[in-house]
Amino acid sequence: MKPQHYDAVLLLAGFLVCWQLLYLMAGPDVISPPVATLMRAAALLGTEDFWHDAASTGAAFAYACAIGIVGGLVFGLVVGLSRFAAEVADPILGTVYSIPKITLYPIILLIFGLSPAAQIAFGVIHGIFPVAIFTMNAVRNVAPVHRRTARALRLSGWATIATVLAPAAIPEILSGVRIGIAVTLLGILIGELFASSSGIGYALIRATERHNVVDIFALTLLLFLFAVAINALLHAGERRVSHQV
Amino acid sequence: MTEGESETAPLKIRSHGIRLRLTKVGVTRAALVAGAFAALEILCRLGTIPRATMIPPSEMLAALWQILKSGRANADIAFTVVNTLAAIAVSVVLGFWLGALLHALPRARRVFEPLLSAYYAVPVFIFYPLLIVAFGVGRGALIAMGAMFGIVAMIVNTMIGLDRVPRVVGRTAAVMRLDPIRRLLLMRLPAAAPHLVTGIKLAVAYSVIGIVAGEFILATAGIGKRIAFGYQDFDNKTMYGMLLLLLLLVTVVNGALSHWEKRLHRRFGRQ
Repeated sequence: MKPQHYDAVLLLAGFLVCWQLLYLMAGPDVISPPVATLMRAAALLGTEDFWHDAASTGAAFAYACAIGIVGGLVFGLVVGLSRFAAEVADPILGTVYSIPKITLYPIILLIFGLSPAAQIAFGVIHGIFPVAIFTMNAVRNVAPVHRRTARALRLSGWATIATVLAPAAIPEILSGVRIGIAVTLLGILIGELFASSSGIGYALIRATERHNVVDIFALTLLLFLFAVAINALLHAGERRVSHQV
Repeated sequence: MTEGESETAPLKIRSHGIRLRLTKVGVTRAALVAGAFAALEILCRLGTIPRATMIPPSEMLAALWQILKSGRANADIAFTVVNTLAAIAVSVVLGFWLGALLHALPRARRVFEPLLSAYYAVPVFIFYPLLIVAFGVGRGALIAMGAMFGIVAMIVNTMIGLDRVPRVVGRTAAVMRLDPIRRLLLMRLPAAAPHLVTGIKLAVAYSVIGIVAGEFILATAGIGKRIAFGYQDFDNKTMYGMLLLLLLLVTVVNGALSHWEKRLHRRFGRQ
């Protein structure tokens, strides 16, 4: 076994032991023990309700990612190509990025109503800014010698973007996309927790209101595993693309 | 456009002893922001954006002034501010010590590093229901949520900061025969200051998100609770007034911390 795998097993074992100990200390009103949680999670995976909620969350997540990534890329590229525009936009984007977006959810609900569109829009305002900021900085940070080479070769505007700027900037852009996808998921779930009529976040808040501890733990576990899987997948994709470029 | 500095060179104006730095970038930025607010104001006044959706920015300001003057939201504002400060204190102090501990124990660090770097990929907020079950609906769950959001940013940046402390600082401490705690607090902490401030800035931003989101979803009081109530009661004045207050607070605090961070990075040199 490689040392990293050994570490991971050690960490997981330690985590499960701590979880079980906390359960023994706090009791079933507060904590659901590991085994019961795993069994409940497995049972949830066999119910139709769960997959209905998962489909609803998944669809909103996919739409929001698509819109956020495309919007962020286009904005970041256009603004990043002009040094002046980038300098104007940089602190504005930074400030907007640091706003706790949850405060804007009521505004989005007033605009879109209580609908999937509101969830998607809320996911988009989370994801679009990191993608735009990372893309903009990636384009700005392309070494000047690359640009000069493109000019010396008399490449057209599009050829410059496609063959010089994009390959040079892609690793950094992918980091932005990865962060954008992670915060989009956060946005979608917070939106569902606050106000929605379906989705995993909605199931989670229903379980909270009924004080159904086992369900809360099982749903949290499933969401956690989903997020970890997405992150691992994106990391792997990022490494492959960065190696190729 | 040439790559020269002509475009961004500051034009210094001296008047009444105040030095104003006017740059083309700064002026354009200010004009852009002012223009956006003006456009919003006009669209709201014309009714293109209906009043039920958004009130004009000038009325938001008036509503905020009314709320502050009447003092009816003071308890909620104090609730949020105190909880946020508590969460920040926990994140920063505990995060620093945990970061320093992991930095000192490479074996443990290797085990935890992947967990720490993937932490913010998980929507941490999904643990809020667990915290409610553990602490009940109230301060405890909110502070714990804020601290959970903020602490990892502080841990990670503490480790980065300590990694980049130049070797000579450690040798100097050894020459002075300082004990490990003094070595950490008197020598390494100041040397790592720029990264620690980055950690503090992120911990503050994350803690605020955690607490306000918690107040929105399930809480007994707070600015977030007031905004959510305003939304549910169709009370747009309260909702937008409190929203504006929150955005102003966050922007000012974040701006101040960013400024401090930049100054430290410039003084110590970005490494």
